[in-house]
Amino acid sequence: MDAILSNRPDAPEGEPVAFQGKSCRITGDWSVQTLAGSDAISQRQAALRRAGADTQWDLSHIGRLDTLGTHVLWRAWGQQLPQHIRLQSEHRQLFERLADNPTEQPEDAPRNRLTDPLVALGTHVLTGARHGVTLVRMLGQLVLDMGMFIKRPARGPWREISAQIFRTGAQALGITALVGFLIGIVLSYLSASQLQTFGADRFIVRLLGVSITRELGPLLAAILVAGRSGSAITAQLGVMRVTQELDAMRVMGMSISQRLILPRVLALALVMPLLVLWTNTMALAGGMLAAQMQLDVSAGWFIQSLPDAISMGNYVIGLSKGVAFGITIALVACHFGLLIEPNTDSLGRGTTTSVVTAITAVILVNALFAVSLSGVGL
Amino acid sequence: MTLAPIVAVKGLRTAFGKHVVHEDLNLVVHPGEILSLVGGSGSGKTALLRQIIGLSEPAAGTVEVFGRDLNRLSLTRRRLLARRWGVLFQAGALFSALNVFDNIALPMRELRTIPDDLVRDVVQSRLAMVGLTAADGGKRPADLSGGMVKRVALARALALDPELLFLDEPTAGLDPERSDEFVALVRELHEQLKFTVVMVTHDLDTLLALSSRIAVLAEKRVIVTGTVEEVIAVDHPFIQTFFLGERGRRALAPLVSEEQLHGKS
Repeated sequence: MDAILSNRPDAPEGEPVAFQGKSCRITGDWSVQTLAGSDAISQRQAALRRAGADTQWDLSHIGRLDTLGTHVLWRAWGQQLPQHIRLQSEHRQLFERLADNPTEQPEDAPRNRLTDPLVALGTHVLTGARHGVTLVRMLGQLVLDMGMFIKRPARGPWREISAQIFRTGAQALGITALVGFLIGIVLSYLSASQLQTFGADRFIVRLLGVSITRELGPLLAAILVAGRSGSAITAQLGVMRVTQELDAMRVMGMSISQRLILPRVLALALVMPLLVLWTNTMALAGGMLAAQMQLDVSAGWFIQSLPDAISMGNYVIGLSKGVAFGITIALVACHFGLLIEPNTDSLGRGTTTSVVTAITAVILVNALFAVSLSGVGL
Repeated sequence: MTLAPIVAVKGLRTAFGKHVVHEDLNLVVHPGEILSLVGGSGSGKTALLRQIIGLSEPAAGTVEVFGRDLNRLSLTRRRLLARRWGVLFQAGALFSALNVFDNIALPMRELRTIPDDLVRDVVQSRLAMVGLTAADGGKRPADLSGGMVKRVALARALALDPELLFLDEPTAGLDPERSDEFVALVRELHEQLKFTVVMVTHDLDTLLALSSRIAVLAEKRVIVTGTVEEVIAVDHPFIQTFFLGERGRRALAPLVSEEQLHGKS
């Protein structure tokens, strides 16, 4: 045994289980510190199995015996004290206590049935429906709160709104710029090589302009914001629920919807179109750079022909997508934040679900935009 | 024969930035005793406990547990040493992702050498030991009441039969009845398992019911260690207000004569 595990002088080394004819001497250390050694338990259990019903047990020279050691012996004896046994009175107490509390065999888990997948599917559908209902209710409450806010703007949560704008907007400028710029470069490179084969170099501006302002910019910004701010909102509301801050607010008569949800939704609705604009700019800048290197399209000409390439319709669609995405992300994040239960597991799962749902919802909303506005601005 | 001390803190200095919590602090814990640390809020009781269990490092001085200087041990050896003590944190610190059974089984499963059926047996007898049933084993920490959280946390702290048990505010947040039950439980287990206890507490009743010795923390060091009688004989403003204030007198009534109380106050 490692010296660090014990202060006592080690008992004379020898077999912890020693048979002599019909008697069996148990000696040495039977505490967890020794039993935790590799194979210590299995070796002792194997030795103990050699005993019969008429074995005379002698535990009077045992060194240390703790709960784990008692259980090893207890198990070997078939959950009862053997008939012939010598042991110290304090150890007798340990075993008698075990006899008073017989360990119950745990029940087997119920078997999987054929209907289980069906039940699981039904549960999923119902859970989804419940989420939907809560979200709609939240949206309705938000519209009411918005009405109150417009009626009495002086009492609105201005400070919270500005804090959220800073956190979700200003602090997201770096990452959206980087990602936008790189995607712009990649897109431009790929398109350039295709366009070159048809000699349609000049179309690069139109191609990049339309695809970035109408589709890619809003979607990129939304996915980044969902991952960045959506998770933050969910985690923050979740922890507030865990620490009972939400209950405290309710008790003081503050509306959670008005004080927590409204500022976050408003902030994201305001910030997202701006972030979309910013991402668009960076992506186009990246595209321009790549086009210049690959196709020799000059920067001056690229910028000059951009206004013709991007119609007002596409521009407006891109920005209004930003608003819709912002509201979607904030609502989904708040919804899952308020559902978090007071344990770490739920916090982790809730945040993941929130981000995944927010991104899926953004793509769904994007599809709705695409279908309903298919004829506009192209 | 005097046995070697279980814990020996010598010349300890703890500082958070420029804020000094302990300065030249000395403390000795003897085997088998229940030592309580008392002191005003912010006097560094929990900080001292964290030093002893090696959660923070001293700015100066040494902390010896089981005769070994914690801060000169390698990480693996310190982990081995840590198997010999158990800690009951103030809020329980149960793992919320695991149920009660798995929480108690965790220290044993971490050893990776104990067969599963034995772990199950030991956990069940631990549950019985702290007065819980096998059915409680399936519950989640979030569904437990405050008193049950403390019991489960105690069962987990005791999982490896530690020789040394640290209790941080063991009865804080419990109603008087639960608190008395918990005190009785700790005392019973202390008699049964013969471990040494270092306890931080604010609660006079718990303090008097359990401690064999009391260490008073004030002025960044331990100003006195001794039995209740020895401690209240010391003339120090904190001791006077803590032990001989209104609440203190009520709790101490059986121990201190009327004259002594009137003489002091």
